[in-house]
Amino acid sequence: MKMHHKLLTMITAAALTAGVASGAMAADPIKIGVAGAHSGDLASYGLPTVKAAELVIKDINAKGGINGAKVELLVEDDVCKPEVATNTATKLVSQKVNVVIGHICSGATKAALPIYRDAGVIVMSPSATNPDLTQSGDYPNFYRTIASDDAQARTEVDFAINNLKVKKIAVIHDKGDYGKGLAEFAKKFIEQSGGKAEVVLFEGVTPGAVDYSAVVQKIKRSGAEAVIFGGYHPEASKIVTQIRKKRMKTTFISDDGVKDDTFIKVAGKNAEGVYATGPADVSSNPLTKKYRDKHQKAYKAEPGAFFDNAVAATLALTNALAKAGSTDSAAIAKVLHTQDVATPFGDIRFDKKGDAIGVGFSMYQVKDGKYVQVQ
Amino acid sequence: MDYFVELFFSGLTRGSIYALIALGYTMVYGIIGLINFAHGEIYMIGAFTALITSTVLSIFGFPLPAIVILTLLASAIWASAYGFTVEKLAYQPLRNAPRLSPLISAIGMSMFLQNYVLLAQTSDFLPFPALIPDFDFMEPYAGFIGSSDMVILVTTTVVMLLLTWLIKFTRTGKAMRATAQDRKMAMLVGINVDNIISITFVIGSALAAIGGLLIASHIGQINFYIGFIAGIKAFTAAVLGGIGSIPGAVLGSFILGLTESFATGYVSSDYEDVFAFSLLVLILIFRPAGILGKASIEKV
Repeated sequence: MKMHHKLLTMITAAALTAGVASGAMAADPIKIGVAGAHSGDLASYGLPTVKAAELVIKDINAKGGINGAKVELLVEDDVCKPEVATNTATKLVSQKVNVVIGHICSGATKAALPIYRDAGVIVMSPSATNPDLTQSGDYPNFYRTIASDDAQARTEVDFAINNLKVKKIAVIHDKGDYGKGLAEFAKKFIEQSGGKAEVVLFEGVTPGAVDYSAVVQKIKRSGAEAVIFGGYHPEASKIVTQIRKKRMKTTFISDDGVKDDTFIKVAGKNAEGVYATGPADVSSNPLTKKYRDKHQKAYKAEPGAFFDNAVAATLALTNALAKAGSTDSAAIAKVLHTQDVATPFGDIRFDKKGDAIGVGFSMYQVKDGKYVQVQ
Repeated sequence: MDYFVELFFSGLTRGSIYALIALGYTMVYGIIGLINFAHGEIYMIGAFTALITSTVLSIFGFPLPAIVILTLLASAIWASAYGFTVEKLAYQPLRNAPRLSPLISAIGMSMFLQNYVLLAQTSDFLPFPALIPDFDFMEPYAGFIGSSDMVILVTTTVVMLLLTWLIKFTRTGKAMRATAQDRKMAMLVGINVDNIISITFVIGSALAAIGGLLIASHIGQINFYIGFIAGIKAFTAAVLGGIGSIPGAVLGSFILGLTESFATGYVSSDYEDVFAFSLLVLILIFRPAGILGKASIEKV
């Protein structure tokens, strides 16, 4: 009995020593920078990303880190200001971060990116939606796990051209920032379709007007087979109602300002068949659930803005670091582009420009008084 | 040519919508020289009352014609009560105050009523049932003009004729005209001026409620803010036609509606307001009292 005890002590001691030794032998810790607004007006956009990164990294470290190396988070605040973001980036680079999660705001991200690019650091934002960040080709080191601002317009136009096979499209908007911005992207994409479809009408309507029949007559005269509308549901339901009252069969396609149950309630039977884009529903994804639950447990609160996107970014980066087997940026980039990683948005990889494939908008259609995902 | 006719009809619809509200503005202005900014809100309250009444009645399974008539009565009476109360509370105490005071009071009343409905009801858009059905005999013309457009157009015309008759050929109308001309003198000859003013508000509010019901049923949705935008346009129309004149309000509304419709159709809907207000400026330069308005001479 006594012998047994001694043996046990010895084994334990040996194990402990081995543990310490292997720890000492492991590679230097991997440093991941987390940059974004963590104070100020826009802190609520940036803090959920910090929490997401912490929760994911805690799991990874509990399982022994990445290829034996512990992961260390370096959290830096840029208050969403471009002039601060350059300092933040310089500081992270001087601390020799391997990859960066961030920044949060498009303006700050744009200011910081050249510094990371020159240092060869890969950056992945959970929230910067400015289309140029990926599409300009200026920042090959930039990736994101959120759809860019023009993604909705892209989804709408692709759906109209490829699925509905329409040739003549009227683009209508409500003159607001959101609606007009979307409509302009839609117009651009239709014009770039190489003659598959044409914009037969591009107009803004006045929100709140008592009657849209004149613009509806104009749509009719333009011979449009489909209307792409950028704006919100009150105008959408008025326009679609008047289109149907004039007995026109024109397809109505709109955005997530219209993918709202109020639209169906207000437009009633005229809402039937209307298409609208909206973010894909990820709440049933096991990874989404897992990290939302962890957040709930740790902070006793609902996760905030871009939490799922930040979880996805952290998982994608750590996966790439693990699969690449090194902290070399080129090796990490290769994994990001070529291998799928499981995230709250499903299995994703990144396209040539750095946008996540599979993160974005889905097309919904009103069927029997409900929005049903059709694509 | 078809396109022109279509635009013409959509302009007429818009115009008659404006006219139903503009009539109330012009009546009140004609009698007491006050621009009743709360009028748009009375229209909105009329629409809300119509929504509540028609929903309740349809739960009890009334047939559609009965629902329409009862709803029309209920919202007209309820909105009139509001109009009456607003006048007693906000304008009557200021009858002899400088002209700006009742104007400010009217703006305050407008904000109060908007926010009251916002709090008491909802800030959301609510669906409004199609109280005017699609008539079968209108079906061949649906591309040009819908059933509800037709009903609004006819109602506006009938209401305008009735009002003109009331003012020209009845005792009340005579008293109204007398009050409009000279309030003190009217009092001296035994006209109860306060009553006449109340009657004016009640009639104006009832018209706004009828407008609220028809327009909400035409566009299929309401919220607490509809009165403001419709009110501004209707007010513009009333000024265009000559505020204080009943045929002027209707004429101004049609001109405004047609201008907007043709501007949308032949230029761009981005510019419909630009055309509408440029027209207003032009007309006011050449006819400061509006198209049918009488230039009033300030009494010194």
